[in-house]
Amino acid sequence: MVRSTLAVRTQGPATRARRARRAVVLVATRKGAWLYHGDAARKTWRADGPHFLGHVISHLVLDPRDGRTLLAAAKTGHLGPTVFRSTDLGRTWKEAARPPAFAKAADGQPGRAVDHTFWLTPARASEPNVWYAGTSPQGLFRSDDGGVTWEPFSSINDDPQYRKWMGTVQDGTPDGPKLHSIILDPRDTLHVYFAMSGGGVHESVDGGRTWKPLLKGLDVVEGFDGSEPTFHDPHCIRICPSNPDRLYQQNHCGIYRLDRPSDTWVRIGKSMPKRVGDIGFPMVVHPRDADTAWVLPMNGTSVWPRTSPDGKPAVYATRNGGKTWQRLDAGLPGKQAWWTVKRQAMTADASDPVGLYFGTTSGELWMSRDEGRRWACIARHLPEIYAVEAAELA
Amino acid sequence: MKVLIPSALRAYTEKSEAEASGATLAAVLVDLDHQYPGIRFRMIDEQGRIRRHIRIFVNGAQVRDLSQPLRATDEVVIVQALSGG
Repeated sequence: MVRSTLAVRTQGPATRARRARRAVVLVATRKGAWLYHGDAARKTWRADGPHFLGHVISHLVLDPRDGRTLLAAAKTGHLGPTVFRSTDLGRTWKEAARPPAFAKAADGQPGRAVDHTFWLTPARASEPNVWYAGTSPQGLFRSDDGGVTWEPFSSINDDPQYRKWMGTVQDGTPDGPKLHSIILDPRDTLHVYFAMSGGGVHESVDGGRTWKPLLKGLDVVEGFDGSEPTFHDPHCIRICPSNPDRLYQQNHCGIYRLDRPSDTWVRIGKSMPKRVGDIGFPMVVHPRDADTAWVLPMNGTSVWPRTSPDGKPAVYATRNGGKTWQRLDAGLPGKQAWWTVKRQAMTADASDPVGLYFGTTSGELWMSRDEGRRWACIARHLPEIYAVEAAELA
Repeated sequence: MKVLIPSALRAYTEKSEAEASGATLAAVLVDLDHQYPGIRFRMIDEQGRIRRHIRIFVNGAQVRDLSQPLRATDEVVIVQALSGG
């Protein structure tokens, strides 16, 4: 068992009622997966793992619709990719009968093969057993049976225009170009977003039948053509649960906000301190306040070290939609900490005050029980952390 | 015929040696997948290509073409190439 060191804050009755559900933090790493079970106060955490020791786990997600089904996106260095499913919180796992896989190419045509499933999104409450997956190289997939069988979803996987925008393996991130941030508008089953690194942000208003780029206002690396989706690199996009017309984005080139129906992103990262900048991977939104969001900046200068700026990691919060930012580093290392946090490795729970969690490239799991004011380390010495999700068990 | 299974795939077979039948290497792998669902996709991608870190030997000779004919007396050895870190 690993204990955090935060003082207990006074909570109101409503908060105590909400806390009655059991918290679990799902940690996916380069060498396996762990579940951290929290007590009602989120003060002590019990480690359950490793699951799939030696497997690369890109994402581990609990189905919020039943509070018990887990999906894990897995592969190893030697074997092809797959998805594992558990309905008993990881006591037993069963492999998907048909994991995400591209359609077989016509004779003589170069076909693509999924290297790994990167992103998992459970669908809306009104769509039980429906899941979406994003893969590397970029592909969009759907399961209608709780993750047992997967099919290519919509035409983008084989659409010539989209294939061009996806670029080649060399155009993507070091371990392969990715489709991620599959976002479902909770009010409208026909309205879906996704993002590609590289390849930009895309939107469908007809349930995924057709898609359009959503790129206005986004910067690209100097010297590249911003009108070309290939050159856009959104790192992480989040929709605000309390106002689904608002999205936040951490991009390779800045932090942005989009208020629909506008189709123009606004670079809110320009109000970040110049010495820190507005480059990073993760983006986290508040479950009940659309003006509040958090980022964890990294060094994106010169040769792009992708470490914490100056070796001093900090979370930055905005409480006003990005007009101003506040540095939140109490409890974090004050010097010589050169890790960073990947795009899926920072998240929020639904408690009040909100709990924030992030996992580092150096294998540390950190949390704050007070919306980032003070941080404590839950676990050390894990493998490189790829994804962190906070969930509530049924 | 006898098929030797590498350690990375023994989560499927729970043993180092399996029996499978088929007139070609492709057919043998399909039979193996019927017995141990999911094992084939970990070795062969959706385009029918042997994955990068998998090697298959028949009677000691490496085979890259899944349509290679096999006899019931042949021995198939599946090997995981060294990789990762």
